[in-house]
Amino acid sequence: MSAANMIQLPEKAPLLGRAAWSAWLAALIVLCALVPVLNLLIPADSVFHMSDFAVALVAKIMCFAICALAMDLIWGFTGILSLGHGLFFALGGYAMGMYLMRQIGLDGNYKSALPDFMVFLDWKELPWHWLLSDSFVATLILVVAAPGVVALVFGYFAFRSRIKGVYFSIITQAMTFAAMLLFFRNETGFGGNNGFTDFKRILDIPIATPSMRMTLFVLTALTLLLFFLLARWLVTSKFGRVLQAIRDAESRVMFSGYSPLGYKLTIWVISAMMCGVAGALYVPQVGIINPSEMSPANSIEIAIWAAVGGRATLIGPIVGAFLVNGAKSWLTVTYPEFWLYFLGALFIGVTLYLPDGVVGLVKKLKGDKA
Amino acid sequence: MTPELLEQGAQRVEARMAALAAQAGNTESGGRSAGFGRLKLDDEVDVTHGRILYLESVNVSFDGFKAINNLSLDIAPGELRCIIGPNGAGKTTMMDIITGKTRPDSGTVYFGSTINLLRYNEPQIAQLGIGRKFQKPTVFEQLTVFENLELALKTNKGVKPSLFFKLDSTQRDRLAEILHTIHLADSVTRQAGNLSHGQKQWLEIGMLLMQDPKLLLLDEPVAGMTDEETERTAELFLSLKGKHSLMVVEHDMSFINTISDIVTVLCDGSVLAQGTLAQVQADERVIEVYLGR
Repeated sequence: MSAANMIQLPEKAPLLGRAAWSAWLAALIVLCALVPVLNLLIPADSVFHMSDFAVALVAKIMCFAICALAMDLIWGFTGILSLGHGLFFALGGYAMGMYLMRQIGLDGNYKSALPDFMVFLDWKELPWHWLLSDSFVATLILVVAAPGVVALVFGYFAFRSRIKGVYFSIITQAMTFAAMLLFFRNETGFGGNNGFTDFKRILDIPIATPSMRMTLFVLTALTLLLFFLLARWLVTSKFGRVLQAIRDAESRVMFSGYSPLGYKLTIWVISAMMCGVAGALYVPQVGIINPSEMSPANSIEIAIWAAVGGRATLIGPIVGAFLVNGAKSWLTVTYPEFWLYFLGALFIGVTLYLPDGVVGLVKKLKGDKA
Repeated sequence: MTPELLEQGAQRVEARMAALAAQAGNTESGGRSAGFGRLKLDDEVDVTHGRILYLESVNVSFDGFKAINNLSLDIAPGELRCIIGPNGAGKTTMMDIITGKTRPDSGTVYFGSTINLLRYNEPQIAQLGIGRKFQKPTVFEQLTVFENLELALKTNKGVKPSLFFKLDSTQRDRLAEILHTIHLADSVTRQAGNLSHGQKQWLEIGMLLMQDPKLLLLDEPVAGMTDEETERTAELFLSLKGKHSLMVVEHDMSFINTISDIVTVLCDGSVLAQGTLAQVQADERVIEVYLGR
């Protein structure tokens, strides 16, 4: 046996370790079985009852967690900081919102077949870009296709021109700001600054019933858990290692024979589509979508969730989304004036003292003990 | 025509045939005939003319500064060519041109007889079989030694194949062999960022070897290495010679002395002198640019 054969080469890493699979299954059981039981079956006066408010809050945060996960793929693993992911979230939300507007049917304030805001603007027929909005299947396709196509076109030109680092971040920020201004205009046909609201039905089923709320909650939980597995599969493949290689030394990647354009574009589009799905799940649950979702601050918050939780860990950004948004919902109730200061302080603190986020801190503490 | 003339003619033909037979295998193209009437294969670099790399009258200027000035240079297959020259002589710029990073203002750059390198970008040139080591060791610091080598492995480098990639046993053997060659077999699962400077240099060389390039461009490969590591590197390069063509830029003269056949001296963006190390060291002009007056 030659010396070369003696070397132990590592095997391909599994999708998840044993402990991680157990945690994943536990999360699945809690979110998809325990929460529905606690909310729907346990009477409201019991201590074990989970309030509708809590369910709605967790559902909302899970949508944000999907965005944070998507951000981790592009920022944490590929090193491309996007400050425009709020746009993709909003595009998915608007695609779903259009369908929900059409589902209102003749029950709007003006009893018209057209959405209320169109009647208000004195439009006589549906604009061309609303033609697909009657079909639920078409809507599901649009939810991923709209952010996907925007990301593809934007990404192709940005990455082909080798725009990197802070320049890329600024352009994405400008992109979402420009889109916000566009959507604010009544003529664009998306309800102007009021956006869409007052939804009544989804798939002809009333949207405000407890069972429909819980169905949407479980769907959101399943989406988050499945996206986590998808992201995990992506980053454990050689594709994922090329992404990390692009982050660490792009020139070496090129001289190793890889064209970074295709890799960046693929993960960028996947990330945008994930945000679109999150937006589509968010809108029916909170009951409103308007252009403020595209405001630059929203996109920056997504990056903060990922940074707080820990970049390039996948689980970190999900944890970060829960921590930051949990703190937000508590602080904005108790000390509403301090929220923005807290957010700013949090970002500075994490950048200075926790470059690997909360997950990095936990890992370090564990390592110190062992 | 007389019988004597016929006899003489026959003798001349015999002498010519004998001379040709004696020469066979000794030509720079390995005794093969010149490129008439052969098929051009896509993945084959045509070296039948005895040259794997040609640069002719190449010019590059940056903001008026002529970095490369009418440079012409060629390298034979299997040759180990050392390039020396003072700082700013254009050594790194020349490598940038060959690997597609910099576009020359004028001139021609051919890989073999048929591949015009100016038509390709960096990843394509790497795929064609030109590997490059940077002056500053550049490895993927957050990945392990194993993962670094796996990424460099010669295979289909598109997005989809990467998603479903799995090492097969031949590739595993190849990886193990390279790990052994670069003396990093004990550090398979170590993070590349934690390696010593010399080990990073070795890892980068190992990554080049995984690509299985026909031509290797090595920019200061022994900078920051210990004497022992330098010696091992010299051995490695000498063992690569013949199978691969190498172009080595180095400042370490004792290292060059160990490995070189032909040394090219670059100065102010063009070739100043070429020959064995002893020859160029004796050259007046070379002494002048190195020592000044």
